[in-house]
Amino acid sequence: MNNYDIVIIGGGPAGLAAAVSAKNRGIERVLILERERELGGILNQCIHNGFGLHTFKEELTGPEYAQRFINQVHELKIEYKLSTMVMNITREKKVTVINREEGLFEIEAKAVILAMGCRERARGALNIPGYRPAGIFSAGTAQRLVNIEGYLPGREVAILGSGDIGLIMARRMTLEGASVKVVAELMPYSGGLNRNIVQCLDDYDIPLKLSHTVIDIKGRERIEGIILAKVDNLGKPIRGTEEEYACDTLLLSVGLIPENELSGGIGIDMNSITLGPNVNESFETTVEGVFACGNVLHVHDLVDFVSEEAMVTGRSAADYVLSGLQKPTVFNNNIEVIAVGEVRYTIPVKLNANRMEDILTVRFRVGKVIKNQFISVYFDEKRVIHQKRLIMVPSEMENIKLSKSKLKEYPKLKHIIVKIEEE
Amino acid sequence: MEKRSLICIGCPMGCLLTVEQENGEIINVSGNTCPKGAEYAQKELTNPTRIVTTTVKVENGKIAVVSVKTGRDIPKEKISSCVEALKNITVKAPIIIGDIIIKNVVGTGVDIIATKNVEKQE
Repeated sequence: MNNYDIVIIGGGPAGLAAAVSAKNRGIERVLILERERELGGILNQCIHNGFGLHTFKEELTGPEYAQRFINQVHELKIEYKLSTMVMNITREKKVTVINREEGLFEIEAKAVILAMGCRERARGALNIPGYRPAGIFSAGTAQRLVNIEGYLPGREVAILGSGDIGLIMARRMTLEGASVKVVAELMPYSGGLNRNIVQCLDDYDIPLKLSHTVIDIKGRERIEGIILAKVDNLGKPIRGTEEEYACDTLLLSVGLIPENELSGGIGIDMNSITLGPNVNESFETTVEGVFACGNVLHVHDLVDFVSEEAMVTGRSAADYVLSGLQKPTVFNNNIEVIAVGEVRYTIPVKLNANRMEDILTVRFRVGKVIKNQFISVYFDEKRVIHQKRLIMVPSEMENIKLSKSKLKEYPKLKHIIVKIEEE
Repeated sequence: MEKRSLICIGCPMGCLLTVEQENGEIINVSGNTCPKGAEYAQKELTNPTRIVTTTVKVENGKIAVVSVKTGRDIPKEKISSCVEALKNITVKAPIIIGDIIIKNVVGTGVDIIATKNVEKQE
């Protein structure tokens, strides 16, 4: 029987939490489709600790955090298929799937939850001149090689980009016996957490060069070195600042992109900032019955918030199925949530006060480092939330909470505006 | 008097702390925005500790290595000897999260425990 109530695409943290919450809400037939050999997604290779402080009130490693949810999937007898790739989804929610045991087949679902996560920006997106030698890896690929496959991809390492994965890999490669020469960051500030700069770089005397980038790659067969240069405030290399570093490996930690090939294929309305779907308060996309959560929706920095968001999504998808696929009021007579100025985007972009849970967390990121300013929320012209923040940074997701009871006081509300104000 | 500077990791603010020490005693911390900064400086300069995470080779398992961690934080200067002690050992699958891989690693009184389940290769 290839009919399910809810099919979840991706068995990482978002997919697992969505499955657990949908099942707990009373949905009988939930199926998780995972392309890897095991559940858990990227958490399996994130062996460092620091996960779960919000969810479990303790510091876990990635695999331990994943296992907490995998155990629940087993206890709830939620079905899943591993080493299984989704090829296509239709607007009617027919999912085309392929794996080695069953070949190519179709699954029909009443609701679909997109939880495919994200992937790393690759060298091709950076326009670095030079040959294409071996030895250039994304930081996540190197992480997988070291932590799962048990290989050390190189001995003399340079890292471009100071995202958290790059910082974590600087420490990891060092502990495995490699020598990490430098971490270069194009921006004047790091893309990673202070904690990682201190504990992954400073602890091992690895220099972090801000406002620097790779302008040339040396070597034909295998990378032999890189040329770093300082950049001006427009990001252009400054002549005369070039320095050569000999290395046999270059890791790239230059950003993550939601993995949305499947979403694009069914004509879901996408957000040009997040590169993920536009969703409403129920995490439903513009295609009815198709929901999205986790890094496929917008790239998170904390897995705890992925789980939290996915739990809401699981409940929403369950309610949609349990209500007999009741035509939702999607994007009709809804309130629009608008990001203004340094607030780059919001999740969700629309909301219906009748369908939201008692508290809705609106998540967003700011575009630059902002100190001692306020997050303000306006219900049309009226300011209803005004919260001071000592600091907001692009690398840490912000949120504000809207309450259903408050929204009910504004029955004619059209726009919710989220912005940053000096006072 | 000796002056040292360090970045606070308490929050994204990342205050640049300046610590004044005399005969190893901290006499003043400045640059911090909140009390967390002073606490952090105190701990970091007198007894810095870290939780260490790494991998250990697995024999006969579905994957080649198992991830492990120190059961609690160990002194920072023991990190490299701790990782060294794990380099040449191999554990047999199956492994369950929480299994003790090494007891009392490099005399820290802390155990190395598995952080991932590894099934046996059939």
